[in-house]
Amino acid sequence: MSAAQIEFDRVTKRYPGREGDAVHELSFVVPAGAFCVLVGPSGGGKTTALKMVNRLVPFDSGDIRIDGRSVRDLAPVDLRRGIGYVIQQVGLFPHMTVGENVATVPRLLGWSRTRTRERTTELLELVGLDAADARRYPAELSGGQRQRVGLARALAADPPLLLMDEPFGALDPITRLRLQTELRRLHREVGKTVIFVTHDVDEAISMGDRIAILRQGGVLAQYDTPDAILAQPADEFVAEFVGEDRALRRLALRTLGEVPLEPATDAEGAPRLTRDTTVRNAVSRMLEAGVDRVVVADRDGKELGVFRLHDAAELL
Amino acid sequence: MIRLAAGGPVIPNFGHGSACVTGDHVFCFDWVRAHWSDTLEPALVQHVELTGIAVGIGFALAFALGLAAHRLRGIEHPVGITAALLYTIPSLALFQLLVPLTGLTWTTIEIALVGYTLVILFPNVVAGLRAAPPDVLEAALGMGLTRRQVLWRVELPLAVPAIVGGLRIAVVSTISIGTIAAFLGKYGLGYPIFLALKEPTPFKTEIYSAGALAVMLALACDATLILLRRLLAPWAAKRLA
Repeated sequence: MSAAQIEFDRVTKRYPGREGDAVHELSFVVPAGAFCVLVGPSGGGKTTALKMVNRLVPFDSGDIRIDGRSVRDLAPVDLRRGIGYVIQQVGLFPHMTVGENVATVPRLLGWSRTRTRERTTELLELVGLDAADARRYPAELSGGQRQRVGLARALAADPPLLLMDEPFGALDPITRLRLQTELRRLHREVGKTVIFVTHDVDEAISMGDRIAILRQGGVLAQYDTPDAILAQPADEFVAEFVGEDRALRRLALRTLGEVPLEPATDAEGAPRLTRDTTVRNAVSRMLEAGVDRVVVADRDGKELGVFRLHDAAELL
Repeated sequence: MIRLAAGGPVIPNFGHGSACVTGDHVFCFDWVRAHWSDTLEPALVQHVELTGIAVGIGFALAFALGLAAHRLRGIEHPVGITAALLYTIPSLALFQLLVPLTGLTWTTIEIALVGYTLVILFPNVVAGLRAAPPDVLEAALGMGLTRRQVLWRVELPLAVPAIVGGLRIAVVSTISIGTIAAFLGKYGLGYPIFLALKEPTPFKTEIYSAGALAVMLALACDATLILLRRLLAPWAAKRLA
C-alpha cells in the first residue's frame, strides 16, 4: 500500500518538425492515491503527457516530480522499474508464459525465485485469473485476459504509480465494462496513484476521481473532480466535450444511497429501487413509469425512504 | 576402387562385381554394401564436415552482421545487396573465380559455401530481429529493460523462428551446392557422382547411392532443425484454444 503524488510543473514538449507544441505549459498535481484521467480529443497530447512521466518521451522544459523528486533525477531504466505501465495493445511478450510475463520487473529487480513466484500467483488472483494460467502463453488468451495479465505485470513490483494508456480501448464493450469495474475495485484495494489516458469521456467520468481535460496543442482546459467539471465546465470547449447531457451524467455519479431521502410516506405504488441504483437511472425509471417518486430500499428489502423527481433537480 | 584415397586414374568398375554390377542395373545393393566403407561413408562424412563448417561460419557471420544491421540501420542495404549479387553468381563460376586466389582447395569450397549461407541467413536474421511487434517493444522499454536486455530477452527469442527458418534453407542448399565441390577436388558426396559421370558409361548405382545419401542427409538435417525450433520457440505453435 503505497502511492505517490505526481506533479506536472509547466511541462512543455514539441516534436521536431511538427507545428506547435504537443504539450504546452502543463501544470497540475495528482494527489497520492488518486485516480487521475487524462482525456481529450486526439492531438491533445494526453499520451505524450503520460509517456513523459516514465520518460519514454523526453520533455523540453518544465518538470515532472514524483513525491517531490524530479523524474530526471533517476536513470530512465531505474525510473521505469518503479512505475507500472499498461498500454492498449498490452505488449505481452509472446515468447514468455503468463507467469514469466508477470515476473518481468521482479526479475529485473533481482527478486528471489520464491518471492517472485508467490507474487505472481497473488497477482493473477488479484486480476481475476487462475494460478494455472501462469503456464499458458499470451497467444492462448482472449483480449480481456491479456489485458488482465498486462495489469498484473504492471503491478508486479508494487509500484506507487501506475500509468495506463487507453488500456481498454481495444476491448469489446462488455469486457471493457467488466474490466473498468474491476480496475476501480483494484484501485480501492491497492491504493496506488493511477494516471489513465482515454479519449472516451464516459470512461473518464466513470473511472476518475480527478479529470484533466486537454485540448488541441496540449493545453490544460480544466482539471477537477468529475462532479465539478460537469457542474461548471470551464469554457465552451469543456462544455461541448463533456456533452449537453452533463446534468444527467452528474446524476450518474451518485447513487440513491448517497443522497438525502425523505421519509417513506405516501409512496403507494411507487417503483422500488435498491440503494446502489444511480440517481440517473432512478430518474429514468420515474420518467418511464410516469411517476414522480421512487421508494429506496437496501439489499435486504428494508425501506430507507423516498426519492422524488424534484429532489434530483436540487442535486444539480 | 579406393578412389577417394588414391585419386589416380579411374579404373572402370565393370567386370569385378556381381551380375548386377557388371550389367549396370538400376541399383545394386551389393555394390553399396561392398563400397560403403571405402567410398560412400568417407564421402558422407566429408559432406557433413563441408556443410557443418560452411553453415557454422556462415551463421556466425550472418548473426554478427544481422545484429550490426539491426543496430545501425544504414548497413542493411549495402550488406543485403552485396550478398544478393553474390548469390546470382553460378556456383561453378564462383568456384572458378576463387581458384586463382585460394587454389583447388577445401578453402575455396568453404569460402563459396559460406558466402551462400550468408546470403540466405542474413536477411532472415535481420527480418527476425524486426519481428518484435512495436507494442511489445514499447512495453519492454516502459518496464525498464535496457536496450541490451530488449535485444537478448525479447528481440532475439522472437527472432528464433525466422532464424531457424533461414537455417533450414541454408543447410539444405549447402548440402545440395556442396556436391558441386567435387569439381574442385575429391570432396564430399559429389565426388562419387563426378567419378561415375566421367566413365564412358556412368555407373548408375554409384550416382544414385551418393545422390540418395545427399537427399537423406538434407532431410535429416531439416527434421533436426524443425525439432530445434520447437524446442527453442515452443510458443510459436500456440494459439487460442
